[in-house]
Amino acid sequence: MSEYGGYIPSPTPDTAPFWEAAKHHELRIQHCNDCGEYYFYPRPLCRHCLSRNVEWRAVSGRGTLHTFTVNYRSGRASPFPGAFVIAIVELEEGPRLMTNLVDVEPDPARLRIGMAVEVVFADITAEITLPRFRPAAPAR
Amino acid sequence: MADSRTLRGKVAIVGAAESDELGRLPHKPALQLHAEAARNALDDAGLGKGDVDALFSAGRWSSAETADYLGIKPRYCDGTLIGGCSFLAHVHHAMAAIAAGICDVALITHGESGASRVGMPGTRWTPDSVNGQFELPYGVMGPPTQYSLVATRHMHEYGTTSEQLAEVAVATRKWAALNPKAAMRDPLSVADVLASRMISYPFHLLDCCLVTDGGGAVVLTAADRARDLRRAPVYVLGAGEAVGHALVSQMTDFARWDAAERSGAAAFAMAGVRHDDIDVAEFYDAFTIVPILGLEALGFCKHGEGGPFVSGQRTAPGGAFPLNTNGGGLSYTHTGMYGIFIIIEAVRQLRGECGPRQVSGAQVALCHGLGGIWSAAATLILGTDAA
Repeated sequence: MSEYGGYIPSPTPDTAPFWEAAKHHELRIQHCNDCGEYYFYPRPLCRHCLSRNVEWRAVSGRGTLHTFTVNYRSGRASPFPGAFVIAIVELEEGPRLMTNLVDVEPDPARLRIGMAVEVVFADITAEITLPRFRPAAPAR
Repeated sequence: MADSRTLRGKVAIVGAAESDELGRLPHKPALQLHAEAARNALDDAGLGKGDVDALFSAGRWSSAETADYLGIKPRYCDGTLIGGCSFLAHVHHAMAAIAAGICDVALITHGESGASRVGMPGTRWTPDSVNGQFELPYGVMGPPTQYSLVATRHMHEYGTTSEQLAEVAVATRKWAALNPKAAMRDPLSVADVLASRMISYPFHLLDCCLVTDGGGAVVLTAADRARDLRRAPVYVLGAGEAVGHALVSQMTDFARWDAAERSGAAAFAMAGVRHDDIDVAEFYDAFTIVPILGLEALGFCKHGEGGPFVSGQRTAPGGAFPLNTNGGGLSYTHTGMYGIFIIIEAVRQLRGECGPRQVSGAQVALCHGLGGIWSAAATLILGTDAA
């Protein structure tokens, strides 16, 4: 926890349930009961239809690597000491989010768009846990 | 819906200029760069400050603050801020306002201390912003780490290569060599681009635009008044703008620039011209991948064919498709919100003022701007009297 040098988010009333769930190592996003769509990032009015008839649902944490970059620069708010992967993951429920791909060499030649990934949780402070993703374990 | 074609050619750009200097200017706060550019553009038009009754501006200030610094008291003020293409959107808005009779002379200004950061208010991204919560914690360090997400996906879907990206940097540098105001004028090869250090995959250093200080401004008025002014009018034949997303993670399709598809279609519909009528094109080039997606989105080639389109130095001086004739954001200047410079170069090309880099007989120019992180787009089609 003490090694994290990255940017620390500050939840708002709109987003607090997401961060509270993450703290308990659970990925929760919103689902609209009117239009039937999941969406991300959190907001109380559905991004598809503006309905307030939305609920928080735990999702599987499984998805695919949609695209990525490997950042080689260091900066004031770098979450990792060396090169690292910034990824867009498409959740199996549909929405996409930005994350880091971890437990893998940050080498573009070893990353494959479409590869299966799964969520892991990084406790960066006592209050904030970041959902990150790693290559999915082979099916058991 | 109203027919946008009734606006074609109703308004003209009558003045266009940069600030007194471009480059690294730690002695000049950003608003001073607005003012220099404004004065130079009004001088170019043969107009005075007292003629201006509408101010359009974008940046880290409200347009009221910019008006105050300039000592202008506009009756029409527009601070539309959709990223680096805001100034192209301002032309769109000014066109509508002038045609509606709401204002007579519109001044559009830009000034940014992008490199020296003098007189630049701080970031808008607080830890409780959406960006601060859902993107910055993953190590986003400015545009290279975000624009690259689209480049990687485009390479995956279409086989676009690093060599094709480098072709854009090389061709743009050749144009810059012909522009005395360009910051980077030394010859460049594809091998040089590929050998430059990796910034954020797949971008090498030389796939990325410059970071400079500077300003630019343009002046518009109604076509009938424009004909009495100092310079040959450059008519706004078509204009369009569109916004897709703000957070790059929410981009609809990472291999297609949807905002550009919409802004381009609107501009072509208003102008009533065909792609092969375009004599010269100025595309926002924050990174080498951006013109490639822009060319696809605007229909100059099919989706996925942008890489082959720019290959073989087709966009360089003497090539079939003159692109970014000022040397672009890659080699001429890039203050942060570069869009105004695209308009300035297109105006100069259509007036025939460009000396060794002049595209012979240019009558119709296309300007295509980019905003945010592939978020917004604005497109202008400009033409001479003959167009």
